[in-house]
Amino acid sequence: MIVVLFYIAAVIALAATVAALTRTNATHALIYLIVSLLAVAVMFFLMGAPFAAALEVVIYAGAIMVLFVFVIMMLNLGAAGEARERQWLAGRSWFVPGSMAALLLLEMLLVLGDAHGVTSGTAVSPKVVGMTLFGPYLLAVEIASMLLLSGLVGAYHLGRRFIVRRGDH
Amino acid sequence: MDGLMVPMEHVLVVAGLLFTCGLFGLMLRRNIIFMLMSLEVMLNSAALAFVTAGAHWAQADGQVMFMLILTVAAAEVAVGLGLVLQIQRRFKTLDMDRANRLRG
Repeated sequence: MIVVLFYIAAVIALAATVAALTRTNATHALIYLIVSLLAVAVMFFLMGAPFAAALEVVIYAGAIMVLFVFVIMMLNLGAAGEARERQWLAGRSWFVPGSMAALLLLEMLLVLGDAHGVTSGTAVSPKVVGMTLFGPYLLAVEIASMLLLSGLVGAYHLGRRFIVRRGDH
Repeated sequence: MDGLMVPMEHVLVVAGLLFTCGLFGLMLRRNIIFMLMSLEVMLNSAALAFVTAGAHWAQADGQVMFMLILTVAAAEVAVGLGLVLQIQRRFKTLDMDRANRLRG
């Protein structure tokens, strides 16, 4: 049964990705992209990588997509943007992604209700991941932290000029 | 030893299809926000391939590489969206064909 659930999640991921990249409206595309990331998270969970699934939801679907939402909302300020946002709230546009997300939630509940748990006989636990991360991969962690720091400095540099210039007029 | 009930080839095919979607999105769309989204899809499919391999051999390395990919994606999106704000302010458009010169 879990194999069937896995293929359903894979189909949802592919369909949501194709739908996301063929939209013309950026906000609709973001909703489909979030559904696609959630489907990939379900796939991770079914493959016995619960920590990766949690990170996928928290960081990808949570933090990174919220950055996209912030920027899209910043770009259409004013009355025209407000009218468009009211139009976005019209029910038709979020029925399909909503039902996709509900299907994924149903899959998760089925898997969690199952006594055997995940699909894989040997799930890789977060403890093992952490020990590997701070053991042989310690140098990679340091490099990743420097990458994040440079990303932070770059984003601040680009965004600061934007905010200061906007305040002038 | 095999940690997966689903054949690994099938999962890798899904990852490849996701990567292809992202690549076509990157090549065909001209809106920079959609190009960034396509990059996210491509990174995500690479992460899926890594986690699949890690699950197949029941090793933690796949998830470690997933976390490193996550870091790269976060840094890339932060800088990319800062660039989006700059481009919108300078060119008043998000169309990348209008902003194809290095000195605007």
